[in-house]
Amino acid sequence: MDAAKNKYSIIVPTYNERLNIALIVYLIFKHLPDEDFEIIVVDDGSPDGTQEIVKQLQKLYGEDRILLRPRAKKLGLGTAYIHGLKHASGNFVVIMDADLSHHPKYLPSFIKKQLETGASIVTGTRYVTGGGVHGWNLMRKLTSRGANVLAQTFLWPGVSDLTGSFRLYKKSVLEDVISSCVSKGYVFQMEMIVRASRKGYHIEEVPITFVDRVFGSSKLGGSEIVEYLKGLVYLMITT
Amino acid sequence: MLVKSELPELVFIANPMKHVLKLLSLLVVISALWIGLLQASIIPQSHTWVLPIYFIVSLGCYGLLMVGVGLMRFPTCPQEALLLQQDIAEAKDFLKQKGVDVGSD
Repeated sequence: MDAAKNKYSIIVPTYNERLNIALIVYLIFKHLPDEDFEIIVVDDGSPDGTQEIVKQLQKLYGEDRILLRPRAKKLGLGTAYIHGLKHASGNFVVIMDADLSHHPKYLPSFIKKQLETGASIVTGTRYVTGGGVHGWNLMRKLTSRGANVLAQTFLWPGVSDLTGSFRLYKKSVLEDVISSCVSKGYVFQMEMIVRASRKGYHIEEVPITFVDRVFGSSKLGGSEIVEYLKGLVYLMITT
Repeated sequence: MLVKSELPELVFIANPMKHVLKLLSLLVVISALWIGLLQASIIPQSHTWVLPIYFIVSLGCYGLLMVGVGLMRFPTCPQEALLLQQDIAEAKDFLKQKGVDVGSD
């Protein structure tokens, strides 16, 4: 594929990310100086003024580079991606979190991997050499590792990081996969990559580092574990 | 135009085997081997009878081993937190200059 003609639509769902959205936009522009891209901010009616900040960023970087496509209230991640997709003009779509746990400095490696391999999906993995996580205590690492071993043993997902949400998709592939996914939350991310794997799409991985800054406010309790197990069984039965 | 109802093979291709069925098929194959062993009596029957228990226990131990090893080798990146702080400072400086409000949340 001719690299000069590719356009990357970066969808960033936000809720109360007034400061982080500005930082992430700056970092994206810093790390993608030579690419044609647009950032699509899907804000779910943040009360902290996130949208005002995005408008300031639009004045700085241009309304053609930063698209603000808000929704009235918190409606969930899956629908945020679908909403963002409707406004995406690129032939590739990147999804990433707004809280800086996903660092834009990895965007060039996603793009490079896709160009080298022609993959339909490039997913970031925290669990290989070159990747990593910072900010997790032992318990958190244990549950993450346990969850991963369970998934690898019983689901054969085809990727090393199942719940990661830093991914590059060919736009047509994302549209195809997202239409068949029904889960919520992080199980949704699992469902996306497993369905893509079952459909035979070429998936590649790149190592990413993940700095968890919200850990402490978002605990991993018993209910999350139950939700995960239910999600695993659901995916075993339906994919 | 080909329609799934007219061509049953298309339904087969369009609906590949669900994963749980793949696992069950694997289980059926292993069970068939086990029953075969029971009947062929190559190994004394008393040993063959407990093989499934050995299998499940081994699977469990393997799983625990994988969790333990993975935990020991869990990739961490402490330097990334520092780099992130530097990036944040750089971003705040630039944006403040350009008139974007970067006051704290």
